[in-house]
Amino acid sequence: MTELSPARFNEQAAAALKDAPLQRALGNMRVGFIEKRRKAAEKLPEFEALRDAGVAIKTHTLAHLDLYLEAWEQKVVDGGGRVHWARDAEEGRRIVLDICRAASARTVTKGKSMIGEEMHLNPFLEAHGIEPVETDLGEYIIQLRRETPSHIIAPAIHVNKEQVADAFREHHTGLPPDRALDEGPDLLAEARTQLRDRFIAADVGITGANFLVAETGSSIIVTNEGNGDLTQTLPRVHIVLASLEKIVPTLEDATTLMRLLARSATGQEMSVYTTVSTGPRREGDPDGPAEYHVILLDNGRSDLYGTEFQEVFRCIRCGACLNHCPVYGAIGGHAYGTVYPGPIGKVLSPALMGIDAAGKLPNASSFCGRCEEVCPMRIPLPKLMRHWREEEFGRKLSPAAVRRGLGLWAWAVRRPALYRFGARFAIAGMAFLGRRRGHLKALPLAGGWTAHRNLPAPQGGTFHDLWRRRKSNRRRDRR
Amino acid sequence: MPASPTASPAESPTVALFVTCLVDLFRPSVGFAAVKLLEQAGCTVEVPSAQACCGQPGYNSGDRESAQAIAKGVIAAFEGYDYVVAPSGSCGGMIAKHYPELFAGEPVWQPRAEALAAKTHELVSFLVDIRGMTAVGSRLEAVCAYHDSCSSLREMKVQAQPRLLLQSVDGLALRELEAPEVCCGFGGAFCVKYPDISNAMVADKTADIAQTGADTVLAGDLGCLMNIAGKLSREGSKIRAWHVAEVLAGVEAPPIAQAEAPGSRGGGGPGDGP
Ligand code: SF4
Repeated sequence: MTELSPARFNEQAAAALKDAPLQRALGNMRVGFIEKRRKAAEKLPEFEALRDAGVAIKTHTLAHLDLYLEAWEQKVVDGGGRVHWARDAEEGRRIVLDICRAASARTVTKGKSMIGEEMHLNPFLEAHGIEPVETDLGEYIIQLRRETPSHIIAPAIHVNKEQVADAFREHHTGLPPDRALDEGPDLLAEARTQLRDRFIAADVGITGANFLVAETGSSIIVTNEGNGDLTQTLPRVHIVLASLEKIVPTLEDATTLMRLLARSATGQEMSVYTTVSTGPRREGDPDGPAEYHVILLDNGRSDLYGTEFQEVFRCIRCGACLNHCPVYGAIGGHAYGTVYPGPIGKVLSPALMGIDAAGKLPNASSFCGRCEEVCPMRIPLPKLMRHWREEEFGRKLSPAAVRRGLGLWAWAVRRPALYRFGARFAIAGMAFLGRRRGHLKALPLAGGWTAHRNLPAPQGGTFHDLWRRRKSNRRRDRR
Repeated sequence: MPASPTASPAESPTVALFVTCLVDLFRPSVGFAAVKLLEQAGCTVEVPSAQACCGQPGYNSGDRESAQAIAKGVIAAFEGYDYVVAPSGSCGGMIAKHYPELFAGEPVWQPRAEALAAKTHELVSFLVDIRGMTAVGSRLEAVCAYHDSCSSLREMKVQAQPRLLLQSVDGLALRELEAPEVCCGFGGAFCVKYPDISNAMVADKTADIAQTGADTVLAGDLGCLMNIAGKLSREGSKIRAWHVAEVLAGVEAPPIAQAEAPGSRGGGGPGDGP
């Protein structure tokens, strides 16, 4: 498989549309998530008020981000933990490696972490002789398949059950080849047995964070499998991978956001497991790691701080915008070629990779607005995509033909008389060509349209010409 | 059908019709239908001649500057009327929702943009919400699926109004789509810049329309309609497509992308208005 890249978005999307197993998996996803969220939101009369409360918490936090980050760091340090600030992915990887080496780690268990994906951590650890083991079922599946996540909360959403069974048969050698792997529970049970030994063998556990709490210095993760708990309590060293937008002032604030997160993501009222970790094991604690590290990855985020894009930091990574996006629903996550797919990815990726690298993404939207409608944090995703388009246009990165066409259009429509003069001929020509069938099957310069649909023929005559004629007829009749 | 008493029928506001470029170029019959409906609702209709486009193509392509230049022309041409009405949620939404944003922080133009935005409406919601219209007198033998355009639905809050008026059309039965909130894949330049993705979206939409058993699809935005009707036509479907205004005013032209409307008079055009 050639490496996925946002620069090849169009080709990757075209391939995804022809990928039958992928299309089957996406078909199942589309109905499931949407229905569940709708029901969960309907069941909670104050859902809209909860959204407002969530937005208020994040807006307040972002306005005082430096204070909350400092307060949080102080708490972590007071509790015996360590905070590492990583400017970019490379620095982040280096810090992880140093910690692992100091712990003489050979095996690392991992809970789900999108920041880990941003760091491209797994191949790096492997290259340095450390084996990373994903413990979230979805992540485990795609690790076996040597893929990246295609969804921010359901990393293996693109994989069908039969494909999971195939991967298990290939990798779980030593088990009876004819064992039953047809149903979800079979697969789950087998994965669980396989992972059990790895949990115990791990020297370092790496997790993400859904929230970092300033008042206590805690990190919080929510999961449905409980794998996060084992990942972070069994090994001697616990590393949390996070980024600045995870910060919230209080535990109370975190619970407000968790109520939104679960409902928006999977339609649950609460995720099954909520795990709060506050530093390393203290005297008298029954369990917990001896070392607790948090790596805060910047990766271009602070450049967005204070700009019109800052609103994107309200994101709680619920995935609702992906689930409701018709483009994501058509092509799945891998076609984007970025760590974050879907609407949030279209806004975040240009920030993380540069608009010259990821410029195709914010353009690939019909601006239907459904993402903004369902985003629990009311992030104006279409508006932010448009800002990226403006940035691209301003830096002359958009295709020359598009720029010329737009320029001509803008020039013409500001001169209505002239515009009408030109339009008259174009329309008359097209109306003539399409007069018999009522549509055209092909038209020069309109290949993007006529490749898949007929072009309705104009009725003939512009409204403005006809209107003027009708008015003068009426005047004449009156005379 | 005259406006209901709640809308103070004594007053006869002057409405400037924002024709939209697609209606102007492709389907003037929608414009004439809009005029007829607005007159039935007791309005005096004017069509300012200094209009072409609302600026949305540039705006959505990141060309803020030309969008602003176009918007200034629209504001100047339309601000003198009681209301501005467009037979489109998309162009209506551009003026009502995006113009103020386009001029945010500009001392002269922001207030002018906001004033214009406040009196700009999508056609059918204007008839119902502002003019109190509850029924029309037209007739069409059809089983109709109504497609909500994204901008009508989300930006202009148009959902119940067209259904209310369509229920009063003699001979017409309404069917709901399974996924009425999903985009049809038009999206302006999107459909030609990303033809494959757009095609997947419109194919889903035509399948949804077909599964309702409807023989006709209606919508309030010509962009969506050209996309949907163009796809139906390519698929060889017999399902007819009209702009909702045409049906409410009484159909006078063949369906979109078809040459003849069974049961319609055909032709249409300037002489047919009231
Ligand atoms: S942008 Fe909104 S909907 Fe999308 S993942 Fe973030 S919080 Fe959820």
